[in-house]
Amino acid sequence: MLLMVLRRIAIGLALIMVVSVLIFAITQILPGDAAEVRLGQEATPETLAALRKELGLDRPAYVQYVEWLGRLVTGDLGVSVAGGATIASLIGDRIGNTLFMATAVTVIAVPLSVLIGLLAAMYPGSRLDRLITAATLGLVAVPDFLVAILLILVLSVQLGWFPAVSYLSGSEDLWTRLWALMLPIATLVTVVAAQMIRMTRAGILNVMNSPYIEMAILKGVPRGRIILRHALFNAIGPIVNIIALNLAYLVSGVVIIETIFSYPGLAKLMVDGVQTRDMPVVQACGMIFCGTYIALIIIADIASIMSNPRLRHPK
Amino acid sequence: MTGERKDVAAAEEHYEELPDAPPTRRLKLGLVGRISLVIIAFWVVIALIGPFIAPYHEAEFIEEDLQGNYILDPSFLPPGEQVWLGTDYIGRDIFSRIIWGARTTLGISVSATLLAYFIGITLGIAAAVIGGWVDMALSRLNDAILSFPSIMLGLITIAAFGSSILLLILLAGLIYASGVYRIARALGQDIMVQDFVEAARVRGEGTWWIIVREILPNAAMPIATDFGLRLIFVILFVSSLSFLGLGVQPPMSDWGSMVRENLPGLGNGLLRGALASLAPALAIASLTIAINLIVDEVSAHAGGSLARKMI
Repeated sequence: MLLMVLRRIAIGLALIMVVSVLIFAITQILPGDAAEVRLGQEATPETLAALRKELGLDRPAYVQYVEWLGRLVTGDLGVSVAGGATIASLIGDRIGNTLFMATAVTVIAVPLSVLIGLLAAMYPGSRLDRLITAATLGLVAVPDFLVAILLILVLSVQLGWFPAVSYLSGSEDLWTRLWALMLPIATLVTVVAAQMIRMTRAGILNVMNSPYIEMAILKGVPRGRIILRHALFNAIGPIVNIIALNLAYLVSGVVIIETIFSYPGLAKLMVDGVQTRDMPVVQACGMIFCGTYIALIIIADIASIMSNPRLRHPK
Repeated sequence: MTGERKDVAAAEEHYEELPDAPPTRRLKLGLVGRISLVIIAFWVVIALIGPFIAPYHEAEFIEEDLQGNYILDPSFLPPGEQVWLGTDYIGRDIFSRIIWGARTTLGISVSATLLAYFIGITLGIAAAVIGGWVDMALSRLNDAILSFPSIMLGLITIAAFGSSILLLILLAGLIYASGVYRIARALGQDIMVQDFVEAARVRGEGTWWIIVREILPNAAMPIATDFGLRLIFVILFVSSLSFLGLGVQPPMSDWGSMVRENLPGLGNGLLRGALASLAPALAIASLTIAINLIVDEVSAHAGGSLARKMI
């Protein structure tokens, strides 16, 4: 088993390398380089050449790539083209905000969706199950910003309970922060949970079809006990897998949500970077998001290995 | 004539009872499915004829009311006789912009999905039929694309090249081709080992004949259902990019960018601004939910095996 897990981790590292090559390669295809962007209108051939030399842009691409990767690993992410601030400090300011929101969403969404998925799976075909299935089927096809707009309209504009813009100065206590973040968290929980509920329900129903469950039914074990004692434990592997995969979905969710609520997080930084075409910022943020995404997918993979006795003890 | 048809219907019904009866090709949609179909048809018609029936041009400002009086501030006008859904943040008719936007949003999404299918099916079948290092190379390339969250790939590419409609179509087409590739390759491999393909080979048929006459017809039905799901992803992807201000550029109207530009009106209450971003968002949702409901019904009809193949 250890070998299989190590193999997955190796695959993950290889994927991150591939992603880093692709992210680096895109800047090389660009018509103008960082020197031209920084000098803008004042560029003369001499100043351009000088700045290129200073930035090391006159060397072959693979040397630049290795250097870029080395700096990335050591945390030296370069300087933002637009503001001149170091990217490490820009990211440092914001990564905490994004992590805080992602953690809050995970803590709420995971138990909630496992519970609702269980409820739906306990009484398949019932009115409750049909309601849950229909609601989640609709929600997975809805754009994230519609959920956000509806929540803002009802909870913020009409009822005035929560602020519509999640501005943080950094000195608030936990409760004030959670209060300010209530709407973005609620939006993300809704969109992430919809998919998780569907897959949890499917996972448990899948287990419910196995012979030992039929055996339990035949011997007269009560329904709730079958689900909680027999089905749930065998469905934990798939459920952990589902959770990790859906948290990976958070990566694209935060991009939309941070924009709509003007939340000073990493995704907002990246989107702003794309708008001003600040490539070093985009590259650094892109690496962080893609790395997280790959890590979560690998965790999902490992979880399904660990939960399957046949994979855990291969002959 | 009618009697004959009845016989056929009776025979078909009888057929269904046999354990190894062929699957019925006819699709019966329930009430939900039919409503969804009407909604989709409605938006397709609007996308085709929209610019001819819209009361205003997508970039036209409302400057005068119906009596010809000059309007001082036309932004976020409430819905009324002149502007059915009100006006947006700089005073353009939202109703007209949604009608114009249907063409942009649907046009980009459908072209991108078709492109994704063209690339994905061609390469997927090629990988399944040729096998060997071609399969290996294509599959590794596919893994690389799949290891990016699609929105990240979109953001990075747009940061490098800037946004244009052509780029959006190519980008979405390429990203979502990877999912199609996986399905086409798996289906192709499944079919390649079937007896009838073996029989065709023994008969001496060429590779091309096997692809066109044996593989494609057998892969058609599962792929067709998957088209709906893929289209939903593409619509959401394109409108998300537009929503971030990185997709369709103004003054062209598009549902995703309409939501974004009118966000400041959200605080003014429903009729005085919020409708301007709510209406296009609801337009997107009506389309994607309708497609999703039909896909759901079709895959339930075709049995679980189909649904599993599509993941």
